[in-house]
Amino acid sequence: MSQTRYTKDHEYIRVDGDVGIVGITDFAQKQLGDVVFVELPQVGKSVAKGAEAAVVESVKAASEVYAPVAGEIIAVNGDIEGHPGLVNEDPSGKGWFLKLRIADASELSDLMDEAAYTAFVSACS
Amino acid sequence: MADASENAPLAVTPLNALHRASGARMVPFAGYDMPVQYPDGILTEHLHTRTQAGLFDVSHMGQAFLSGANVIARFETLVPGDLAALAQGRIRYTQLLNEEGGILDDMMVTRLADDRLFLVVNAACKHQDFAHIARALSDLTLDILDTRALLALQGPQAATVLGALLPGVEDMPFMSAKNIMHAGVELYVSRSGYTGEDGYEISVPDARAEAFAKTLLVDERVKLIGLGARDSLRLEAGLCLYGHDIDTTTTPIEGDLIWSISKRRRAEGGFPGAAHVQKHIAEGAPRKRVGLALDGKAPAREGADIADSAGAIIGRVTSGGFAPSLQKPIAMGYVDAAHAAPGTELNLMVRGKPLLAHVVAFPFVPTRYYRGK
Repeated sequence: MSQTRYTKDHEYIRVDGDVGIVGITDFAQKQLGDVVFVELPQVGKSVAKGAEAAVVESVKAASEVYAPVAGEIIAVNGDIEGHPGLVNEDPSGKGWFLKLRIADASELSDLMDEAAYTAFVSACS
Repeated sequence: MADASENAPLAVTPLNALHRASGARMVPFAGYDMPVQYPDGILTEHLHTRTQAGLFDVSHMGQAFLSGANVIARFETLVPGDLAALAQGRIRYTQLLNEEGGILDDMMVTRLADDRLFLVVNAACKHQDFAHIARALSDLTLDILDTRALLALQGPQAATVLGALLPGVEDMPFMSAKNIMHAGVELYVSRSGYTGEDGYEISVPDARAEAFAKTLLVDERVKLIGLGARDSLRLEAGLCLYGHDIDTTTTPIEGDLIWSISKRRRAEGGFPGAAHVQKHIAEGAPRKRVGLALDGKAPAREGADIADSAGAIIGRVTSGGFAPSLQKPIAMGYVDAAHAAPGTELNLMVRGKPLLAHVVAFPFVPTRYYRGK
């Protein structure tokens, strides 16, 4: 069974076993506006929790995508390099950024669940 | 971007309610609560302006009349623009300069009569500009128009749209102005703008601004456009954003604005910092604002260092981003004179990595100003 967790920086991680799919939330893509460029990490690289894992740029500004938990990058979504607009159109589906092999599953408990994130976002807007 | 203190309450324009009702995302800008984008988003708004007509609220900008005996010669003591050569009803782009030839602000000046000018200045600078002008030219009368809104209608359909409402505006040449009565109020219409497109700026009394905007928006070719697309449009047109691409540390020659200074004024001087500006003209400025076309897809933003092919830092990006009309990143910035020639290969340093770019001539996207039939 997969479960989705959220950061205060509006990344999500959809966890299935020891693998997590990371992207930015619908709230985040709306805040960014039209995404025109993404920079993805090297597969095989290890990232610490909270470290910069990718970059997403809208017309107006560049933003970092942070790793929600520590792990090794095992895949990146090359489709969003050619079609950055997928991040706006389908942030939780075709607009995913990267897959992580989670180093320490206990770090997930620091993140928000769906209900907590929904409450967090309504406080942001 | 915003210069006002964070604690000061934001000013609003007469179109604030219209922006909110239209779903705008509002941001603080130069002390005003302004729309950065509407629900369509910056890319769509940008391309709409390039293909149809965009309506911009630029009421935060400063408008004023400057009048009195010898206003033309007197105002020339503050700016390098040739106002004596300006015909009545014509507009000049020029800059207020400091004693070092640095730019205090850039502005549009309309010659309304031999004893009367109309000034439009940047929002973030307007209070300082008007104080500076009033202090320096105390023999003249400065009337600050703080109860008039300013709308810009820009794009290839602008003339047809506005012409249906205000007959005769289609024939106005680029950089000309006239006053037109409409629905009982006087509009100051100029054929000018900040997008590289044909278009108009229309000064309208506050009380009539929303009604006038709504009248324009009835035409389905017209859409509201926010500050985000205004910025990407002016960048493609190679136009400077004050406080970013030009400021008190840059002369008009460094800023690649020599075209805005006539032969007579270059020779005669008679404006603040003339000696510095004339030295830059005679000997060449040590650095110059240039256009930068990036070879890859990653944008370079304001503040990125510019390196030569050997890796030495020779300049800095002052504006940069994604160009929606070109579907690629572009930038402008200052580089050493030795690296300013079109075609020069440079690297823009982003997140520690060099992005390959080439110096290109302005504008990035051809301008489509109306020069008359």
